[in-house]
Amino acid sequence: MSKFLVALIPLLPLLGFLIIGLGNKKLSKTLVGFIGCGAILGSFIIVLSLLFPFLNGTAKGETLSYFDWISVGNFKISFSFLVDQLSVIMMTIITGIGFLIHVYSAGYMSHDEGYARYFSYLNLFVFSMLLLVMGSNYVVMFAGWEGVGLCSYLLIGFWFKNTEYNNAAKKAFIMNRIGDLGFLLGMLLIFTTFGTLDYLEVFSRANSVQENSTIIIAITLLLFIGATGKSAQIPLYTWLPDAMAGPTPVSALIHAATMVTAGIYMIVRSNVLYSMSEVTLEIIEIVGLATALFAATIGLVQNDIKKVLAYSTVSQLGYMFFALGLGAYSTGMFHLTTHAFFKALLFLGAGSVIHAMSGEQDIRNMGGLVKKLPITFGTFLIATLAISGIPPFAGFFSKDEILAHAYEHAPFLWGFALVGALMTTFYMFRLLFLTFFGKFRGTEHQRSHLHESPLVMTIPLMILALFSIIAGFIGIPEVLGGSNFLKKFLSPVITSQGAETYAALSHAVEYRLMGASVGAVLVVIFITWFYYVQREVRPAKEGEQISTPHKVLYNKYYIDEIYNSIIVKPLKWFSDKFYSILELKVIDGFVNSWGKGVNLGSSAIRHVQSGSISFYLLVMVAGIILILLINNLI
Amino acid sequence: METGLLILLPLLAGLVIYVLDDSKAKIFALGAAILEFVISLITFLRFSPEGGIQFDINVRWIKSMGIYFNVGMDGISLLLVMLTTFLVPLIILSTFRHTYTKTKLFYSLILIMQSALVGVFVARDAFLFYVFWELALIPIYFICLLWGGQERMRITFKFFIYTLAGSLFMLLAIIYLYLQTKNFSTTGSFSIDAFYEAGQQLSRNEQAWIFWAFFLAFAIKMPVFPFHTWQPDTYTISPSAGTMLLSGIMLKMGIYGVIRWMLPVVPDAIITWGEIAIYLSVAGIVYASIIAILQKDIKRLIAYVSIAHVGLIAAGVFTNSVEGLQGSVIQMLSHGINVVGLFFIIDIISDRTKTNEISSLGGIRNEAPLFAMFCIIILLSSVALPLTSGFVGELMLLVSVFKFNIYVAAIAGLTIIFGAVYMLNSYQKIMLGEPNIITSNFKDLFLTEKIVFIPIIILIFWIGLYPKTFLDISEPSVQALIKSTTEISNLK
Repeated sequence: MSKFLVALIPLLPLLGFLIIGLGNKKLSKTLVGFIGCGAILGSFIIVLSLLFPFLNGTAKGETLSYFDWISVGNFKISFSFLVDQLSVIMMTIITGIGFLIHVYSAGYMSHDEGYARYFSYLNLFVFSMLLLVMGSNYVVMFAGWEGVGLCSYLLIGFWFKNTEYNNAAKKAFIMNRIGDLGFLLGMLLIFTTFGTLDYLEVFSRANSVQENSTIIIAITLLLFIGATGKSAQIPLYTWLPDAMAGPTPVSALIHAATMVTAGIYMIVRSNVLYSMSEVTLEIIEIVGLATALFAATIGLVQNDIKKVLAYSTVSQLGYMFFALGLGAYSTGMFHLTTHAFFKALLFLGAGSVIHAMSGEQDIRNMGGLVKKLPITFGTFLIATLAISGIPPFAGFFSKDEILAHAYEHAPFLWGFALVGALMTTFYMFRLLFLTFFGKFRGTEHQRSHLHESPLVMTIPLMILALFSIIAGFIGIPEVLGGSNFLKKFLSPVITSQGAETYAALSHAVEYRLMGASVGAVLVVIFITWFYYVQREVRPAKEGEQISTPHKVLYNKYYIDEIYNSIIVKPLKWFSDKFYSILELKVIDGFVNSWGKGVNLGSSAIRHVQSGSISFYLLVMVAGIILILLINNLI
Repeated sequence: METGLLILLPLLAGLVIYVLDDSKAKIFALGAAILEFVISLITFLRFSPEGGIQFDINVRWIKSMGIYFNVGMDGISLLLVMLTTFLVPLIILSTFRHTYTKTKLFYSLILIMQSALVGVFVARDAFLFYVFWELALIPIYFICLLWGGQERMRITFKFFIYTLAGSLFMLLAIIYLYLQTKNFSTTGSFSIDAFYEAGQQLSRNEQAWIFWAFFLAFAIKMPVFPFHTWQPDTYTISPSAGTMLLSGIMLKMGIYGVIRWMLPVVPDAIITWGEIAIYLSVAGIVYASIIAILQKDIKRLIAYVSIAHVGLIAAGVFTNSVEGLQGSVIQMLSHGINVVGLFFIIDIISDRTKTNEISSLGGIRNEAPLFAMFCIIILLSSVALPLTSGFVGELMLLVSVFKFNIYVAAIAGLTIIFGAVYMLNSYQKIMLGEPNIITSNFKDLFLTEKIVFIPIIILIFWIGLYPKTFLDISEPSVQALIKSTTEISNLK
């Protein structure tokens, strides 16, 4: 592996960022688009040249060190990359999908005055994300981890004149930082426990710690807190739906396909540690499943096309964590991969719709777009089938694998997971039907502008659609005549396959599970069709009377309001009281009282210096008498 | 030898300036400061990290009391001198768009202050150290008093008396230690080595007294919670150059004092009482961060932010570990650069808009994109984003506190959350949104302003990406310092 070539992978996007960022005003839009996309394409090509040797099994994981980054006493962090099966998959997704989204953006953002700024941020994001997955130790990962958080902040608040968008950006950064503190402390605990932060060294020393000991539980839980922030899990998920304020391709790249999967990647990377802590896995399993169901219920009633997809993302990420919690690391990675394709496609499709609808995002004002936007519709349909788990689309295989693991763990888990999958099917088809079917419900102005997006936008859609169909083939289970390639491919990285035992299920059981889930999904699709297409039911308008449970869901369980009153408001209260009482009255009051004391004392003593000689003589005589008296007494 | 030159040059320049025209004072001061920087840069390049004390002078001053004019630099001193000589030209340049009354006096005071600051960082004689320590207070007192804002009489008076009171405790400690050195030689000695020896032979109880006497002086200077209440007022009313000198360089005197004159002198007391100092420092981080959230005046906001950041540095120092000391050294550099950048940003805003009120600003990013970009880079560095200078120091300091106590580190770590809250909040309110009447037509940066920002930005990334340049300079000195203190306590 050429050290230089590997270094170029993150460096090209960084260069793109610098050139576009510094040349801002002087570069033409065409040149900006060319540099922005070209940088990612360059990285992608290099990544492919690394990927193929791994695919035929001729390459082995390798650590490439560049320089000593931070070195103090025993704390030595080198700036180095680890290129292995796991990071190569992530790099392929990041640069591949990243490139498509860059190209799409060239069309989508073409009328925006911040075009150059947009591409510079997007390139910076790809750089940070690559740093995150390529780093060979936790500190480099953390650098990328915080870097993507920054880019997310910059891009959510891209239209910086809008206060609401700025609030969303700020919220995302702060909630991520809460998680990051967990990550940071986990990292410090790893260092004090193992004396290093290099992955391979940490993992090789892992057995110096007892399984299920407090320390390993603490490490894995702290890191997981970081993951709940970045990957939008309960309780830190609320920033992601708000993050939809950013341009839609950003939502596709950062808030669906790549950045939000960083938590999954981190746990898979640290699987050696996680497998040593049953408690943590149990917690991840519960949090993942809870998030998957919770977010799906909210998604059922949302009317903003991007909000539905955002909750869907939160929910699907929950599925991935659920899989990790079951110990099925490669399954989590499998779903991450297929999800990256179809969710990016869904967002880009939504972007194409929003573009055609002159910025409209409310599905209550859409409808009947199928004729005007045939390519968008076709690709959107493929993605919807994929996420719903219809064979042979990509989502079927990965979701089925999760369900099978769940069943093997405990049948009731399978039941819960299936309910989540059915809700997914419902809100996705609801979205599809309300957007593309029925009559057009927008304004006349919007109707006259309806148009299919240009090729620069539709070609990425078609390519992603292709992968939303075939990406599942990398993990065809044995029961369907496959060999689960992905699992074997990742086996050098996932050394702890302890819980990956769903081969224990008999083929007959697996067939039944598949049949049941696919059958149920089909029924739900039919119900949704009947409800929204046949009966033409429309979601309630703003202000219309709705039932209480519906209202609770529509208002996202009032979680934002709850956080506001239990965290934000008390914090402000403390800030106010600390300043007005503790700081000004107590502490500074105490300091000033010394000054006042000196003043008071001196004004009292001043009277002694009256200038009257007879008074001085009197005091002198009194003093002498006193001295004599005391001398005699002692 | 060179060390003496570094003290003398700004002092002479500060006096020579009076024979010049008012109009030439600025340029002359800048020239002198740049020359000073060049000389310090040469010493930096010639410095060998493993070589102990270098570029030293040691001449007898007051024979009967064993006082010497003894100055020299090890790695820690050198980096702080570099910080001083790097920042002073920038601070002088940052004033170029202002015209101050009594121009000559203003620049003269800055230069004299620089001389005293360098003196503090290189003195190797306790008496000399004390002289420089107090000398540094005089120019800054006059800068704040003569060119300050509202209520400057009351506030600067409090600042002066408060810090002076702290210093007097230090003077007591120095005299006490001096008397102890008479056990070794008839005249006694103020030399740093004699102080180390004398201090380390004291009983636990005596060390505790010395510890608290020094602590008061240094804690007020930094300042550490709850000795900080002079600071927000003083920062707020001082002219920008004064605030930059105070926050960028002068507060490092306190931290440096702990490293140089406390840890090795009273190692046993550090083990017993250092814990309390750490708790106070960490309490200060949370306390100042929470207060910062609702501050309405930008200058006061950054004053509280500075207390929070210094709290972490102080906590790291009192752990008396390699990570803590190295982290504190690198964080002193980073904090110095960042805080000067932040106060310059505020200076530009209040100069253009005539207000420091956060709520009346907004939309500046729209009018001045370059300014906004510099702004966010400095801001991110101050919230310790990786690859910027703020991260390296903060990580090291957290490692040191974490080794001391996990829970204390978790509380100290809250700074990364609070930092994001108050910094992004104020960035949003000042820079983002639609411009209003006050901020529309906000002029983007002028040439001299760009020249101030660019070195700051370069250094932010330099320290963030390749801190080795600086860490390697101070590591041997830090190791030696720690070795001497731990060996003594192990012997006991």
